[in-house]
Amino acid sequence: MIAHYGYEDGSGEYYITINTEGCGACGGKGCVAACPAGIFELEADDWGRDAAIVKESARNMLRALCAGCKPQIGRDELLPCEAGCEKGVIVHSW
Amino acid sequence: MITAGIDSGSQNTKAVVLEDGRIIGKAKSPTEFSAAKAARMVYAAALSDAGVSADRVRAVWTTGTGRTMADFADSGINEVSAAARGAHAAAPGTGLVIDMGAESSRAVRLLEGGAIRNYEINDKCASGAGTFIESMARTLEIAIEEMGPCSLRHTKDVPMNAQCVVFAESEVISLIHRREKIEDIAYAIHVGIANRVSSLVRRVGVTDNIMLIGGSAYNAGLVVCLSNELGKPVSVPENAEYISALGAAARAAEKSARQETGAIA
Amino acid sequence: MSGPAEKSDCWRWEESRYTNPGISDWRGRTVTAGVDIGSTSTQAVIMIGGELYAYASMRTGANSPDSARSAMSWAMEGTGMAESDPAFTVGTGYGRVNVPFANKTITEISCHARGANFIYGPTVRTILDMGGQDCKAIHCDEKGAVTSFMMNDKCAAGTGRGMEVIANLLSVHVEDIGDLSFKIDEEPPMVSSICVIFAKTEATNLIRQGWTKEKVLAAYCHAMAYRVVKLLERNEVQEDFAITGGIAKNKGVVKRIEKLLGIEALATEHDTQLAGAIGAALIARDLLTRAKKKEEAQ
Repeated sequence: MIAHYGYEDGSGEYYITINTEGCGACGGKGCVAACPAGIFELEADDWGRDAAIVKESARNMLRALCAGCKPQIGRDELLPCEAGCEKGVIVHSW
Repeated sequence: MITAGIDSGSQNTKAVVLEDGRIIGKAKSPTEFSAAKAARMVYAAALSDAGVSADRVRAVWTTGTGRTMADFADSGINEVSAAARGAHAAAPGTGLVIDMGAESSRAVRLLEGGAIRNYEINDKCASGAGTFIESMARTLEIAIEEMGPCSLRHTKDVPMNAQCVVFAESEVISLIHRREKIEDIAYAIHVGIANRVSSLVRRVGVTDNIMLIGGSAYNAGLVVCLSNELGKPVSVPENAEYISALGAAARAAEKSARQETGAIA
Repeated sequence: MSGPAEKSDCWRWEESRYTNPGISDWRGRTVTAGVDIGSTSTQAVIMIGGELYAYASMRTGANSPDSARSAMSWAMEGTGMAESDPAFTVGTGYGRVNVPFANKTITEISCHARGANFIYGPTVRTILDMGGQDCKAIHCDEKGAVTSFMMNDKCAAGTGRGMEVIANLLSVHVEDIGDLSFKIDEEPPMVSSICVIFAKTEATNLIRQGWTKEKVLAAYCHAMAYRVVKLLERNEVQEDFAITGGIAKNKGVVKRIEKLLGIEALATEHDTQLAGAIGAALIARDLLTRAKKKEEAQ
């Protein structure tokens, strides 16, 4: 499943996309450990499979929470969450 | 030399009359339906406050959303330049200006000499602008001036999830139904908006010597919450609401002085 | 509840309940139930052997457990059923829902996809759900299982609440917006502000400039359609395409979405606001079957 977490408001679109196929196998050593703002967690979905999700409390504040990583890192470099994910299933829309 | 600056905002129009770097007159009035009419009125009021006649004013510059409407003005500058110039004039050494108006907020980082280093604007979403606090004041049925002081009397933290003005109105109503105290709700409202404005500030980079200007700067609750969020003191200058108008007047003076020396040379 | 009696009543839509006359007795058959507590409306659905038996749809009250209870008891009215009769009940809805008598809580995304699969048939691949406080785009397979989703509940633009704000401003009944928005000579340019608060100011200015209410409504419906189409297009829109949720009843928005996408949305006899609750009741049936199989295997 391709899960888009985030929002769009007047200022722009802020979505983090996680392709949950194969996600969760790292047991939380990937994005969950890498994110300095702690926005990810592993959770069982409706059918009992573990996958990374963006915490509900973080979903509507992504622009603010991700600001810490974004201005300092050049475009060619991966964000910590992207680099931490061995499957490469995390994508930011902005 | 006497110059004037007019800041035509979405809610209020402000004017200052500046003589050799000193504010000698100021005036303010709601912009309402005609930015042009408000600008003329406020300019006249500021002149009479200063006790000078229009012919002694070397140049009138405008800024703000309605800046092109004042047809009698000599020139205009954008809101970011006006905020930066005004902040530097009010307190040289200011590192960061946060300008919170009714419908927009801006964060401007300054270089040592007062020039703009970088800036961020939000004018697309009401959740990070003064309107947010005003709508919430209406929902709480208290005066807008009361919001800040009221929030500072809070005794506990009430979580508030909604970011959007429309959703926050419903959430505030449900908090009232849950019999949460008005003071605690008001505080939660200020924490929320301070959080959103801080994210704007973080994108330009947090520095020392932070100044808050615009109509919302008179809100003591917001100042406290912003300082808490940013982890740095936030100062409010005298005439906080007039700083952008001051910036326009100061630029007018600079330009006129340069033209004079140019003419002599 | 007919006509906008007072300004603050403009959001109101009809509450309703239904019993399937084709099913005479439920006793001895597999009964499952689903409750969807939305931000604005709550639906309770009772299904018998995969067939829709009864439902109720009403405005969500201040207390969500109470809303769930009253919707369920209204749905059961006249059927002789009690809250304990369904063999399995699934709860779903906005935020962290609290359905006290539910056996399990399932996310609204899964329930919506499953419900749309029932309402529109197995050919549905893209579902746009426009609720009271959120807007969702869901892709699903032929079984109604979610393949991708995205949701926006941060901002009121593109939601029922946003529409209510404009309806209140213009003193127009929410249910009339669709028809009124077509009483125009020519489609006006859309309202440019995304933020509902700024759109409200813009609408006020348009009225002051002499625009008719109808023209302003057209401009706002157009803006709303444009916005959700942008959300949809983050993922490819695959046919068949369906729209659920309260705004699916607003032709002013639906027709404009279809025009922008160049795709027609599937039509249905069912109440589109029921998608989540129907999905919940169907998933309840799956979970029941699964539990039974497990029992038999042991």
